Amino acid sequence: METITLPHLPNTPIQVCLFNHVQNSTFLRQQLLEGNKDFEYAFLDASVLISTSHVLAACFKAISDSLNGRLKTRNVHSEIVFALSPNNNIAESFRRFGIQDTSTSVVAIKVLNSPDQSFAEHLLENVQGSPVALTDDALAAVKDDARIRKLYRLDQPKKGESAVLGKEAEAFIIGSMALKGT
Amino acid sequence: MGNKLEEIESSMVLIKQGAEARVFESKFVDRRSIVKERFSKKYRHPSLDSKLTLKRLNAEARCMTKARRLGVPTPVLYAVDPLLHTLTFEYVEGLSVKDVFLDFGLHGIVEERMNDIATQIGDAIGKLHDGGLIHGDLTTSNILIRSGTNQLVVIDFGLSFTSTLPEDKAVDLYVLERALLSMHSSCGNVMDRILAAYRKSSKQWSSTLNKLAQGALRETEGKKAHNGGLSSVNYVLHTMVRTGDGKWVEKLRELLVPLLF
Repeated sequence: METITLPHLPNTPIQVCLFNHVQNSTFLRQQLLEGNKDFEYAFLDASVLISTSHVLAACFKAISDSLNGRLKTRNVHSEIVFALSPNNNIAESFRRFGIQDTSTSVVAIKVLNSPDQSFAEHLLENVQGSPVALTDDALAAVKDDARIRKLYRLDQPKKGESAVLGKEAEAFIIGSMALKGT
Repeated sequence: MGNKLEEIESSMVLIKQGAEARVFESKFVDRRSIVKERFSKKYRHPSLDSKLTLKRLNAEARCMTKARRLGVPTPVLYAVDPLLHTLTFEYVEGLSVKDVFLDFGLHGIVEERMNDIATQIGDAIGKLHDGGLIHGDLTTSNILIRSGTNQLVVIDFGLSFTSTLPEDKAVDLYVLERALLSMHSSCGNVMDRILAAYRKSSKQWSSTLNKLAQGALRETEGKKAHNGGLSSVNYVLHTMVRTGDGKWVEKLRELLVPLLF
């Protein structure tokens, strides 16, 4: 499990981890729905994430909105899920980018209040899956290009063009997240 | 487990300050980025000021992404902060076309490179205009050449707007022509090459270029009329000095009155 300090946000480091072959998605989702205080994490469906920058951009937006008192959802963790969405529908964003009962690959994120906190143990105990470091390659292995294309309304690949989403697609996606609400 | 990433340098370095905004270099997540801050104008009423600033901020962000959708490379937009009035976007490594052309002026023109740049500019503007986007501030310093790929990147959409009028498009081209003439006259006729590429890339080129030509014509006519009037006044003054004729005042009035009314 990795702890990342985002630029400009030195006091709120985040812990991130990718879990493959997750078996208890239903349980995890249930905890979120019930608002269980011990499960204040952002659980993202890894199949709709294109790269680490995509994830971190959402984290950055959510944390800076939270620090400025501009949260649109319940807490900073749900805000991360919401930040990924290109539109303002909160329920829809949870359905599309959050953990689903059928999710097998999940990215777990915890926003820390101080650098010496750690939720690694609790997460590893409760998520039944194999933890992997969150890297572009690891995400690429589980991503569903067709679904990402649909969610962000990207153009269908032209003839002879690779169906795999590249840097250009990432630029569109991060752009549409940033443009939301403007 | 628990291995912390290197503490990332996160200071903001001021690069440029203009009348509307300040531009900083910074970091966004894991990349080098540019932060453009539209500061508030103290001479405006606060509520009007924040409304205007926000509107322009959003318009700029939208135009930039719209251009990208039209196939014109622009910096990747990373974030919009409506509270701090900032836009964060990609740091583009490379020179501006202005620098490249000035260098041509100093060290001789590299024809091939010049042609490539002119073609790319014409092509990009054609795409923008066909998509109904007017850049509004096309100058050679607002067009960058990405180092390595030599790909053109259009920046600064602060004055951009959407329009399909040929007049607006012609003004866009005219601004560029003026900029080229005043800065880069030593580079030969770049504008012709740009327009040639524009013609190829834009489907509606003919109405735009017609308007551009009309504008140029009006300009030369204006100059002629202006010079004509002045020269006759000059003539009177000259004869007055030469002949010492005392009636010069009346003559001057005769000539000036029809000019003024």
